[in-house]
Amino acid sequence: MAQAATHDHHDEHHDEHHEHQNFFQRWVMSTNHKDIGTLYLVFSLLMFFIGGSFAMVIRAELFKPGMQLVQPYFFNEMTTMHALVMIFGAVMPAFVGLGNWMIPMMVGAPDMALPRMNNLSFWILPFAFALMLSTLFLPGGGPAGGWTMYPPLSLQSASLAYVVFAVHLMGISSIMGAINIIATILNMRAPGMDLLKMPVFVWSWLITAFLLIAVMPVLAGAVTMLLTDKYFNTHFFDAAGGGDPVLFQHVFWFFGHPEVYIMILPAFGIISEIIPTFARKPIFGYKAMVFAIASIAFLSFIVWAHHMFAVGLPLGAEIFFMYATMLIAVPTGVKVFNWVATMWGGSMTFETPMLFAVAFVILFTIGGFSGLMLALVPADFAYHDTYFVVAHFHYVLVTGAIFAIMAATYYWIPKWTGHMYSEFWGKVHFWNSVVWVNVLFFPQHFLGLAGMPRRIPDYNVAFANFNMISSIGGFLFGASQLIFLGVIIHCVWFSKKKATDRVWEGAKGLEWTLSSPPPHHSFSVAPVIHDEELAHGHVED
Amino acid sequence: MGQQQDIYYVPSKSQWPIVAAVVMFLTVFGAAHWLNAEPGESSFGKTLLLIGFIGILLMFFGWFRSVIHESMAGRYNSQVDRSFRMGMMWFIFSEVMFFGAFFGALFYIRMFSVPWLGGYGHGVLTHQFLWSDYAASWGSGGGNGPAHVGGSFETVGPWGLPLLNTLILLSSSVTVTIAHHALKAGHRGKVLLFLGFTVLLGASFLYCQAHEYMEAYKDLNLTLGTGVYGCTFFMLTGFHGLHVTLGTIMLAIIWLRVLAGHFSKDHHFGFEAVAWYWHFVDVVWLGLFMFVYIL
Ligand code: HEM
Ligand SMILES: [Cu+2]
Repeated sequence: MAQAATHDHHDEHHDEHHEHQNFFQRWVMSTNHKDIGTLYLVFSLLMFFIGGSFAMVIRAELFKPGMQLVQPYFFNEMTTMHALVMIFGAVMPAFVGLGNWMIPMMVGAPDMALPRMNNLSFWILPFAFALMLSTLFLPGGGPAGGWTMYPPLSLQSASLAYVVFAVHLMGISSIMGAINIIATILNMRAPGMDLLKMPVFVWSWLITAFLLIAVMPVLAGAVTMLLTDKYFNTHFFDAAGGGDPVLFQHVFWFFGHPEVYIMILPAFGIISEIIPTFARKPIFGYKAMVFAIASIAFLSFIVWAHHMFAVGLPLGAEIFFMYATMLIAVPTGVKVFNWVATMWGGSMTFETPMLFAVAFVILFTIGGFSGLMLALVPADFAYHDTYFVVAHFHYVLVTGAIFAIMAATYYWIPKWTGHMYSEFWGKVHFWNSVVWVNVLFFPQHFLGLAGMPRRIPDYNVAFANFNMISSIGGFLFGASQLIFLGVIIHCVWFSKKKATDRVWEGAKGLEWTLSSPPPHHSFSVAPVIHDEELAHGHVED
Repeated sequence: MGQQQDIYYVPSKSQWPIVAAVVMFLTVFGAAHWLNAEPGESSFGKTLLLIGFIGILLMFFGWFRSVIHESMAGRYNSQVDRSFRMGMMWFIFSEVMFFGAFFGALFYIRMFSVPWLGGYGHGVLTHQFLWSDYAASWGSGGGNGPAHVGGSFETVGPWGLPLLNTLILLSSSVTVTIAHHALKAGHRGKVLLFLGFTVLLGASFLYCQAHEYMEAYKDLNLTLGTGVYGCTFFMLTGFHGLHVTLGTIMLAIIWLRVLAGHFSKDHHFGFEAVAWYWHFVDVVWLGLFMFVYIL
């Protein structure tokens, strides 16, 4: 099986060789998963800083009670745009970029299954975000009704059509990206790379891609209904015509809850790669990890209304969605347990990727716990739309998704560039991030419990102290990310320290058998797989 | 197992992706501008939209032409073929979910929002205080909501044109399958004949639907603005009609490609992809016939 004859058919794509290509051909017409992955990652970093600057405006306004710096409408634009940019511009493209880079190398493929479509998936994004961000400069201003776009408020915005179309474009991009990833994983694996030998990261992306294809079209449908309600006289969300604004919330959150798992499942995959490497032990419970991801994905389709407990649902619905939501804690608990069990008794070292991974396990779990609190209907009546929710989703998204993306960057950047990053500055970045992110978000739990509403530019003086602390944490967390930028720039262009092929002593898997940086076509000949090379070569039943 | 192959194939660089991104952007940017223009105000949005739309057509033409050339030159191996198949299958799945959003909206409206407005179950107070004289019902009685948005209207009965359209689409599914079997058996004449029938059936479906729409607007006072009845009716059947249009065009192109001898007994992914798409459109119609017209 491992000996299937596979060889590169050179004359088929001799025009592919990267020696003779100019800048435009290389980056704009690419069919190369690494170059496209790099484009995704750079784009995502840019969006991270744009979205971050919006957050700085928000925290500056909230530094003290009273109106400080900006107009209320602009404040609302900032909260809306911050979320849209971070979700669709920073986190999702970063995961697609990581998938692009790593999946073909991890399964022993030459490239993605559909390389031209891959390029299109990327190139849609800059245009989509140009369209969306341009609304900030239009007469009438950008969207300001929150990233959830609830009608009837969102229908008042002059920029609705721009945002709806931008969301359509992002959706097309995500769906094509997801189709590509599924086809790559199911069709391009090297002989011998059985499904249950795949790295957990690849598994997590396979399931995430399924979620994307299932829910991005639903979001497209939801925003299309907004568009026709505003411009074409339909009444989906207008009670006078028999519709219901709550209908939008159902359709939106049918997308929205799987969406939050789209932003965390690849992170689970990343952490499941990093912890075994630095604990120098195989992951504890490989199959359980895979099944946990699959069951989280399944459950994510039947919990959406936990975002709507306070809207006035029938009692039966409240109860069903409460229990279904709490069920998710079970597979999530399995994952956290297995990460800890992997570390247990390992010979651990704490390089920067591992530091981020350990921080992820602890801080993501805090976010999971606050999620459980929110899942309780009677409690959520009080917590809903307060800073407690804000604290919850920032723990799962910043110290969850974003920390995982940073961990992945430190973990794989030596492989990508062939150079080691500066471990010292990496650690400086880590410690700054982990301290300030908690200063930033932990007090928000208390603000929320005390009743401070989210998305409002002013607040009661009673909340002044914690807001100031939170803002200071915010500014310093933001500034710490400049260190991240510096480490990356240094590693890509200035680092003198060569990376070995394996990079990390304990690293296992096909990607580490390639040179650093890897050849243009990752595997032009299908690799012969030796099970002991793989992280999960011997899966016990 | 999806992992045996003889050679790896990676396609050469292509300008089409970036062209596609640009024309898609122009289309939606133009559309958004146009929608936002004040009535009567001249807007460059319309022009941009048109340019973008023509660009999309040209882009599809160019992109598919180069893919067809490469395929005819025998560059694609069985692995590429499988990737294409998976791509098409998952694309159709995404389309299913898109329709799912609108079907979901229809079910929610019929099962919850309209009855609630009429005072059932959860909606007692809304009904009591806002619209106490609204008697919830679907169809021409109360389908346009408590404010009777759009005025009184009639619904399109299922047993006229819609039934005819059901028969048309079902038989088109049969003809396309006959064409497929003929292709596999290598009878090109028969393929052309039955694929031709399929195209004609698709076109007659569209003709009937256009007729039905005109009747609805002119005689029944059923429009997109007729409360939730009108918007679910037209959005669901409209998006479906759009897909039939696309499917018919694709079938016509496949017909031309059969004529040009592009397909062989065992290499005809293009044909199969369009056939799958056609079956998908057919199944969606059955859902529509059931839930929009009959029930
Ligand atoms: C054990 C797992 C989790 C549970 C039980 C949970 C529960 C909840 C609940 C009940 C809410 C609604 C709160 C409200 O609006 O009143 C919520 C909000 C939210 N959650 Fe979670 N959650 C979990 C994990 C996650 C994860 C993993 C993510 C993302 C990576 C996430 C992201 C969000 C976001 C973004 C919101 C706020 C959306 C908004 O209203 O803008 N959650 N969560
Ligand atoms: Cu949720």
